[in-house]
Amino acid sequence: MRSNVKAGWGLKGAALAGMLFLHIPLLIILLYAFSIEEKSFVFPIPGFTTKWFAVAFEREDVRRALGLSIKVAAIATAMALVLGTLAAAAVWRSRFFGREAISLLLILPIALPGIITGIALRSAIGIAEIPFSTWTLVLGHATFCIVVVYNNVLARFRRTNRALIEASMDLGANGFQTLRYVVLPNIATALLAGGMLAFALSFDEVIVTTFTAGQQSTLPIWMLSELIRPRQRPVTNVVAVFVIAVTFVPIVLAFYLTRDTHDVAGSVK
Amino acid sequence: MAGAEATPAVSFIEVSRRFGDVRAVDNVSFDIADGEFFSMLGPSGSGKTTCLRLIAGFEQPSSGHIKVHGVNVEGVPPYERDVNTVFQDYALFPHMSVGENVEYGLMIRKVPKAERRSRAADMLKLVKLDGMYARKPSQLSGGQRQRVALARALINRPRVLLLDEPLGALDLKLRESMQNELKAIQRQVGITFIYVTHDQGEALSMSDRLAVFNHGRIEQIGTPSEVYDHPASQFVAGFVGQTNLVDGYLGQRLGGFPGLYAIRPERIRILPPDGEVPMGMATIDGRVDSITYLGATSRVEVEVEEGRLTVIEQNLEGGTAAAGRDTGANVRLIIERRHIQPVTESQ
Repeated sequence: MRSNVKAGWGLKGAALAGMLFLHIPLLIILLYAFSIEEKSFVFPIPGFTTKWFAVAFEREDVRRALGLSIKVAAIATAMALVLGTLAAAAVWRSRFFGREAISLLLILPIALPGIITGIALRSAIGIAEIPFSTWTLVLGHATFCIVVVYNNVLARFRRTNRALIEASMDLGANGFQTLRYVVLPNIATALLAGGMLAFALSFDEVIVTTFTAGQQSTLPIWMLSELIRPRQRPVTNVVAVFVIAVTFVPIVLAFYLTRDTHDVAGSVK
Repeated sequence: MAGAEATPAVSFIEVSRRFGDVRAVDNVSFDIADGEFFSMLGPSGSGKTTCLRLIAGFEQPSSGHIKVHGVNVEGVPPYERDVNTVFQDYALFPHMSVGENVEYGLMIRKVPKAERRSRAADMLKLVKLDGMYARKPSQLSGGQRQRVALARALINRPRVLLLDEPLGALDLKLRESMQNELKAIQRQVGITFIYVTHDQGEALSMSDRLAVFNHGRIEQIGTPSEVYDHPASQFVAGFVGQTNLVDGYLGQRLGGFPGLYAIRPERIRILPPDGEVPMGMATIDGRVDSITYLGATSRVEVEVEEGRLTVIEQNLEGGTAAAGRDTGANVRLIIERRHIQPVTESQ
């Protein structure tokens, strides 16, 4: 229900202040990406330049971190799409012993503080003597990426008539054909939304990454380390602007794609 | 079974389906003839829908055998059975147009597109939905969706069509016109229809034969008039139409022997208190307790010795036998003996 009561000036002002508080820092990052001063943040910026964009894209460490982040996010998202959808389908379609427990365990990585997930994975990786690699990162990220896909797809399944699958089988379609012609088209936008959210979450994840990365640097890790060194500071800002863009576009798309579905449990971390 | 008889469309041979401790279907046997309009009638939870799902292949029997056109269908998945279903809530594919829904079965069987189109057009014409090909199911009314579901099943030319309370979600007027239409379509296509319903009026008006289900068992199978006029059990008498159940003194008095009897209210006639009783009729005197006007009929409650009987009278021109009599009037009731039907007690 929408109320028709007009908001008072006080409420409008408070809302505006809240919005500014949330978004001015983003503008500041954007602003300093164009500053000619490279050692400190002075306001107003002493001069305007776009040279840092060129510098940033030539730096090997930036390219490597960016490449790793994209690779990890892509693989973790792909894994999450498959495993999250399968888990959602199982929980939706059948009743089995421990169903609620599995449901809870799946959501746990997002409910628990990331640091717990991180330490747990770190210990497990250590005990198993697995060397740190892209795959340990992917594993860590997949734990929470699966949740996002699982929640989105399960919400869609719950609004899907189970009889559709029976109807398809009744009309001669086997399991694979039913999946292709009925199930996937019905959950396509949920998969897209869940996948994009998962990608965005993985792309800027710091805590779990710190514990599972070893010597590798994803983009967020690289940025953290860069803040300590006062050299070519605007490069960090340029990369931050890039991250905002990469993260923002899929989230906005996901938002619009699932706008008609009111109960998508996006539960962003 | 005699060799000359045609193979039944569907046979149940001592079929049971248990869910844990619950016997949803409990040792049921029956045959459905080819081309028959067969109804499975019963309250919810009586096993009728489970029987339908057993035929469709969505459930497997815990014991017993099911044959479709003489072939044992054990272990045959739904998509390999020559049977199609019209689902209770239609189960139309929301992401496809009406036409794509109707063509689905043909698309799966890789029928060429041109043939698919023309058969879908024919089907849509049959169910009076010409020109609706490109609509989405969400743009249709309940009655139209029901027709799409019917067309989607019939286009596959199944040998048996299963209908699971297909009219349940429609309003009364629409339901009545759809009943006539379904019956007409069944005659036109000549396919065996197996129709699940809890509406006894629907089952009586549409079926060639019907089975009355209760607690996973079949209480009676027969033509509508057999089931209505000669209910086999207390349950059938009460579930199919209204009935007076009498036992004890009144049972013995009217039936001639001790026992439980069912008497249809419209089979009882009301005479004046000194009215002459024709030969071979049972009679009992009583006092009118209440008269309820129902339009075409009136319901008269009559108090008799050791009980009460409900009588339904036609409101004919010139009034009824009960007309002019007030509550409290003495009357004499007469019933033909053949309409006093002994029935077995039900759980």
